[in-house]
Amino acid sequence: MSFELNGKSYETDDDGYLINLEDWNEDVAKYIAQQEGVEMTDAHWEVVNFLRDYYSEYKIAPMIKILIKEMKKMFGPEKGSNAYLYQLYPAGPALQACKIAGLPKPTGCV
Amino acid sequence: MAKKPTPEELSKINYSLPYTGWMYNPVEFKDGMFCNASKPESLNTVDFPNARKWSVKDEDWNLPENWKEIVLEAMKERLEKYRSFRLFMDICVRCGACADKCHFFLGTGDPKNMPVLRAELIRSVYRRYFTKSGQMLGNLAGGRELTLDVLKEWWYYFYQCSECRRCSVFCPYGIDQAEITMIGREILNLLGLNIEWIAGPVANCFMKGNHLGLEPHTIKSNFEFMIDDIEEITGVKVDPSFNRKGAEVLFVAPSGDMFGDPGTYTCMGYMMLFHEIGLDYTWSTYASEGGNFGFFTSNEMAKRLNSKIYAEAQRLGVKWIIGGECGHMWRVMHQYMDTWNGPADFLEVPVSPITGTKFENAGSTKMIHIAEFTADLIKHGKLNLDPSRNDHLKVTFHDSCNTSRGMGILDEPRYVIKNVCNNFHEMPEDTIREKTFCCGSGSGLNASENMELRLRGGFPRANAVKHVQQHHGVNMLANICAIDRAALPPLMNYWVPGVDVAGMHELVANALVMKGEKERTQDMRLEDLPEKEGAEDV
Repeated sequence: MSFELNGKSYETDDDGYLINLEDWNEDVAKYIAQQEGVEMTDAHWEVVNFLRDYYSEYKIAPMIKILIKEMKKMFGPEKGSNAYLYQLYPAGPALQACKIAGLPKPTGCV
Repeated sequence: MAKKPTPEELSKINYSLPYTGWMYNPVEFKDGMFCNASKPESLNTVDFPNARKWSVKDEDWNLPENWKEIVLEAMKERLEKYRSFRLFMDICVRCGACADKCHFFLGTGDPKNMPVLRAELIRSVYRRYFTKSGQMLGNLAGGRELTLDVLKEWWYYFYQCSECRRCSVFCPYGIDQAEITMIGREILNLLGLNIEWIAGPVANCFMKGNHLGLEPHTIKSNFEFMIDDIEEITGVKVDPSFNRKGAEVLFVAPSGDMFGDPGTYTCMGYMMLFHEIGLDYTWSTYASEGGNFGFFTSNEMAKRLNSKIYAEAQRLGVKWIIGGECGHMWRVMHQYMDTWNGPADFLEVPVSPITGTKFENAGSTKMIHIAEFTADLIKHGKLNLDPSRNDHLKVTFHDSCNTSRGMGILDEPRYVIKNVCNNFHEMPEDTIREKTFCCGSGSGLNASENMELRLRGGFPRANAVKHVQQHHGVNMLANICAIDRAALPPLMNYWVPGVDVAGMHELVANALVMKGEKERTQDMRLEDLPEKEGAEDV
């Protein structure tokens, strides 16, 4: 599968995750978000940017425990909760936010 | 992804059979019922053949020109190598005892999910090419040509079997359908016909030591967060070690426990238990996977992935090994590891340093299951337990297929759970112990794109949970398998809302009274414990 954006073609897997992680840019993120029915606000970008920073260091999406704790540390207690993340990303921070951030889906017993 | 039907829609299962014979109904690929195709980079990582981009729904699967030759040659080789395979091809009398024992048949009504018919998909080819009667009489002798449609049918149905072996419990001949599926998948694999949910973890495990691809610094960081939580809950700071030479015990857990909830709560439970008894043990970031998705591709691959456990035990100079709460890991340890990568004569027969119990049952593998280890601690009164901390839970236990049918761990988890929980209720007899129903997602089928298959396959298990929910108010489904911890939460949410899922050592950790701990107000999930009854009278 693939999609076209600004004259460039982007390859995705059967679930719409980017195949080449270096293809990611903000326009691509906005496009994927739109497909998911998510409108990107500053609050959405906070999560996506954290995910990308985390991934560049750890080569995998963070565990939810870490995402919540770090969000709390960086942006305050009201943003460090599962409920808050689900409010931003109704299909779940692990799947939907990671997809928009261009991260691969963790596989295995998860 | 296919739109998910409602439970009402999905529970209307059509068991009527088609009018035409099974051989004449070509496979129909239904959305939500199969997994995505393997990616070339995953296959390339482990040198699997025919790595290329392909998609299940494409007409052309980009097979090598001589694919038929490859399949028949592979069948011939395996018929000679594995007497079990030849026996299973020959002896089935098609009595049908297995037909309604399969969770995938019960949940789909698709006759090709009857174990007898699933086997017949490959058996018919066996007859046509490897028996005299089939060679001469073809269809009349139950044989059929190997065509592309037949191959696609194999792929569809061998990835709709979770290798749970419930059918084999009921087969009067003891035919092991899991082994037939394993060989079917192994042959498909020679053509590059794998699923990404298996191929990805296999590649990760080969390159990085575990299915998730957690690198050493990631594991370390994940543990630091878990250790902080333990301290917040108990006031006790645990201090696990990694890759430590000279430790007495190597501990190997499924990597899912180091990453995903609710597995992480069980992981915290392991650490708290070992800390409390002062066990001299180490984790490894190299042998950082108990599970073995290689087992779902080929015998050779499973052996390659498994080899790092003994290699690491030898490198670190430990005396013996404890394995965590994982399902298929234990079928591998119990039935294959010693033959593949043994003898582990550099290790000693496990002896619990706390109780002195010698685990003679692990005399050859030198590796014991943590349920055995913990049950032994409790039996000898070595743990200070307060089961009332689990009083908000009404617990039932799901036997995972591999620990129950694959090695007979039936009583140890029950013994442990009953000692750490006051409210325990068994599901109906036909759905537990050796007759347990699969979670519906085993053998690498716990992807998301095949969710309908998983919900259908898990329907019989969910039904039994619903029974104890209705009769006893059960709200917690305990288990000792990481695939269960990943697969059962969405299954429960769908069929039996109100029932949560926990690994056994999460429940142990809730009840474990640690030396120097503060008064507990939270459980392992950092949720407030309900006030104890009568507390206001004090």
